[in-house]
Amino acid sequence: MTIVYEDEETQGDVPVRRIKFTINGKKMIAEVETRLLLAHLIRRGIGLTGTHTGCDTTNCGACTVLVDGRAVKSCTMLAVQVDGHEISTVEGLATASELHPLQEGFKEEHGLQCGFCTPGMMMAAKALLDANPDPTEEDVRWALSGNLCRCTGYQNIVKSVLWAAAKLRSESAG
Amino acid sequence: MYPSRFRYEAPRSLDEAISMLQTGGDYCKVLAGGQSLVPLMKLRFASPELVVDINNVPGLAYHRVDPDGTLRIGALCRHADLEHSDLLKTTQPTMAGAAPLIADPIVRNRGTLVGSLCHADPQGDWASVVLALGGSVVARGSRGTRVIPLADFVTGPFQTVLDPDEIAVEAVIPAAKGARSGGYLKLERRVGDFATVGVAVALETTGENVTRAGIALTGVGGSTIGATEAAAVLVGRPLTADSVAQAADLAAQAARPRTDHRGSAEYKRHMVRTFVVRILSRGNAAEERAA
Repeated sequence: MTIVYEDEETQGDVPVRRIKFTINGKKMIAEVETRLLLAHLIRRGIGLTGTHTGCDTTNCGACTVLVDGRAVKSCTMLAVQVDGHEISTVEGLATASELHPLQEGFKEEHGLQCGFCTPGMMMAAKALLDANPDPTEEDVRWALSGNLCRCTGYQNIVKSVLWAAAKLRSESAG
Repeated sequence: MYPSRFRYEAPRSLDEAISMLQTGGDYCKVLAGGQSLVPLMKLRFASPELVVDINNVPGLAYHRVDPDGTLRIGALCRHADLEHSDLLKTTQPTMAGAAPLIADPIVRNRGTLVGSLCHADPQGDWASVVLALGGSVVARGSRGTRVIPLADFVTGPFQTVLDPDEIAVEAVIPAAKGARSGGYLKLERRVGDFATVGVAVALETTGENVTRAGIALTGVGGSTIGATEAAAVLVGRPLTADSVAQAADLAAQAARPRTDHRGSAEYKRHMVRTFVVRILSRGNAAEERAA
């Protein structure tokens, strides 16, 4: 994994650390500059561009990933901080042959228009459904209140998550 | 956006962290939740030489009650831990009212109460809550440990009395002598926005009489405002419509709001009065979320 920086006048003086982490079940080692943000490690370092950087100011939630199962805004965490931890991104949802119920839900209920916020929405929703398999509409709205969508008005996103919750429950019951 | 270059250390003990702060240079920052520090570094409002990440220090993620009723909140206790805490729901109505209103659910997974106090943003919700409850910050440094009442902890916007080699290790809320009631109300344009107005009220009641009262205001001045005169009129008698109205008026007078894009000064002052009345009129505010 290579991340190239412009060579300013600090040549040889760039603080770099070696970190080990797991992403979507795969073990990785990376040499990262200490100021590298997690979002950029994921997108530019690993090449998983499903995690989007929207506002870059901790507002929009498009960069949401799970770290040890908890939703975090990856633009607001340093890459060095995931040393020894486990990351899940939107790319980890589907299997080779099957969409995750959340992805199916967004398809069935038209939960996206431009799609920019969708990966963050799905990961925030995943954290919710992992903790609470049978959420109310209010629970879904509350859990997604840190994720902005400028297209849908949220109605169909909420429906998509509820659709996924029902599917996951029926799968685990079956 | 990137922060400026910095050296990064992730010590495994507080002693190690403190010695790193001592020898780390002129400008070191402690990183806990990072939900204020990282954005500030990205905007280059903060450009520390050394960042000491305390997330690997064990034993700081607690919130617990001592046998005497004192509540202690460790430096790595996240907002979300407090939001979902049954302990707070049953014993700390003002804190339980505030926890779900901090930032947004994802930020609450990382951000910490103690970090919020150290950040000392005049718009910070926790500072008002801890001030209203008469709480303190426990700081540890090379010269030992000291307990700093919140009223003395913050010296100005984004400034505290912490020495460069001190770490705030926990926040402390003293035990209640009477039955606790109160709450926190926040007016915000949308989830995650800074408070247009926030009001924290913490009461202790014995029998009918209020034995202790604290009122503090968020977002209506250059720093967190302790409305001490407003709180004082409530003490030593039962809550009445009259005493509530007096406290609300005095709290509104204590506010120093400015007109900005979130509202006029007059409107904000009005909301301070309204929130004080609202919290005091329902006694226990634990279940209230947003205004």
